[in-house]
Amino acid sequence: MSTQIVNIQPLSQPVNLGVEPATFSPEVEAEIDSHIAKYPVLRSAILPLMFIVQRERGYLDPAGVLYLANRLKLRVTDIWEVATFYSMIHVEPIGKYNIQICRTLSCKIRGAGKITEYCSQKLGIQVGETTADGKFTLTEVECLGSCGTAPMMQINFDYHENLTPEKIDQILEKLA
Amino acid sequence: MRIEAIGCEPLQLRRVHLENSRALDVYRRNGGYEAIKKVFDGMSPDDVINEVKKSALRGRGGAGFPTGMKWSFVPKDSPKPKYVVCNADESEPGTFKDRYLMERDPHMLIEGMLIAAYALGSKTTYIYTRGEYKYLIDIMDVAIAEARAAGLVGNNILGTDFSCEIYTHTGAGAYICGEETALLSSLEGLRGHPRMKPPFPAVSGLYACPTVVNNVETLTAVPDIIKMGGEAYQKLGTEKSGGTKVWSVSGHVNSPGVYELPMGYDDMEKFIMEDCGGMLDGKKLKAVIPGGSSVYIMRADQIIGKDVRMDYEGLVAAGSSVGSGGFIVMDETVDIFESTKNLTEFYKHESCGWCTPCREGTDWLVKVFKRIDSGGGRPEDAQLMLDLCDNIEGKSFCPLGDAAAWPIQSAIKRFPEDFKKRIS
Repeated sequence: MSTQIVNIQPLSQPVNLGVEPATFSPEVEAEIDSHIAKYPVLRSAILPLMFIVQRERGYLDPAGVLYLANRLKLRVTDIWEVATFYSMIHVEPIGKYNIQICRTLSCKIRGAGKITEYCSQKLGIQVGETTADGKFTLTEVECLGSCGTAPMMQINFDYHENLTPEKIDQILEKLA
Repeated sequence: MRIEAIGCEPLQLRRVHLENSRALDVYRRNGGYEAIKKVFDGMSPDDVINEVKKSALRGRGGAGFPTGMKWSFVPKDSPKPKYVVCNADESEPGTFKDRYLMERDPHMLIEGMLIAAYALGSKTTYIYTRGEYKYLIDIMDVAIAEARAAGLVGNNILGTDFSCEIYTHTGAGAYICGEETALLSSLEGLRGHPRMKPPFPAVSGLYACPTVVNNVETLTAVPDIIKMGGEAYQKLGTEKSGGTKVWSVSGHVNSPGVYELPMGYDDMEKFIMEDCGGMLDGKKLKAVIPGGSSVYIMRADQIIGKDVRMDYEGLVAAGSSVGSGGFIVMDETVDIFESTKNLTEFYKHESCGWCTPCREGTDWLVKVFKRIDSGGGRPEDAQLMLDLCDNIEGKSFCPLGDAAAWPIQSAIKRFPEDFKKRIS
């Protein structure tokens, strides 16, 4: 296992699947370069780059996958196998705001269930669904390291802690 | 939420309440970057490792392996580059101390990493942070840039011939990546699967090169160890558990938070009932998970009136362990069947799928929990779950399997009544 990385041969030719790979602005390309520069092995930049593709394109779409394969000189399957392992990499479209409510023990015993129910009612969607306007996705996630300020949720990358229904009203109003 | 040291002078939490505590000049005005100067002022790499050995510092991520010993396993004669990797993947349910250490005092981590890199001969280091902590990566990037501008990171640090780079790296939502070999797989751009040990990372880690992986809290303890000397640091704690420990307290107490205690703090009951503000709404204590979700759950009667000592040996003697220090307090309203089901769902979700006992075992355990929950419990179910645990514990590829089995085994043993009433 530990020598696995050494055995993977980079591809010498770009991948062509008949789909045009995604393109990015020079600023984003520079940001991508700055991540690649951190590592002695191209492939190591895969997760930081996936987050950038997601930010720019809403999710990791096939064109984004193809871009990454070409940029990192990997096979398309190498990209997919990594993308599907990590819960924060989305290979399907999701809402503009991803409401992730922590469901693990410390939050659970401080009322996470009620928070989920409240959000579900307020948005009119079940856990795992996206509102019809594509604005909000509601998910339950495992421990987010915010147990001392339970219950809590993360919307995209922002933490919202010590939640109450009133607080949720305020947060969602700002995003509406 | 409270952030406070109790029973000792704050070490790790010394600067957290200062205004603008993230800034380089605040860090420097309050004892920062003195340790690295002391190291450059005549300490050899071996001197540094010896001080860490004397400190009796044990890895704060959960396994509690002696840090100095881990460092001494790195071969000195290897022609390959060596790596120091900070494990900031903090994902053990109930644990959130590393988040506050990085958020409030990022330069403490940078200094700890520089000292570790010096001791191990590493020129390239990474901070692997869980993806959800993106704001911490931003904070660390600012602090690293500040340190670089001040000649503390990069080439010829403080005019010496020691050069070292610190890079931040992001995970993307996988508990397994807190396991050090899975973390290295992930850092290499692969799925976060654990690797066979041996070879240990000290010999063959990142890119098959000698690597040390240390938790945030472990590395942030290093500057103080160098400044005060290993022996003085050890004496803050006990003989085998040196120094202080930062606990993350959550659940049914009035003042959840981040608490720094000396190792060997001698009364868990007082810690809950006084230091953490006592039980929420005056309810009765039922159970405590003292070291993150993976450790054995404790009954109130194992704590009340028992003077449980909070260090590695003390907690083992009391029937649990320090783990990551994720201290979850549960009152009489909690059904331990429910709480154990919740954690088992966590482990099922986070099992990486690499080995059969963990992947299939956690899935079956959740199925049994759900069947019981929906009224289909059978008298033999407790034994069935113990048998399933027995087929996971010690038989899975990495410690995640053990971590899934221990909460169930201890819950069934210590709270049989909560299971019986659901099963019969």
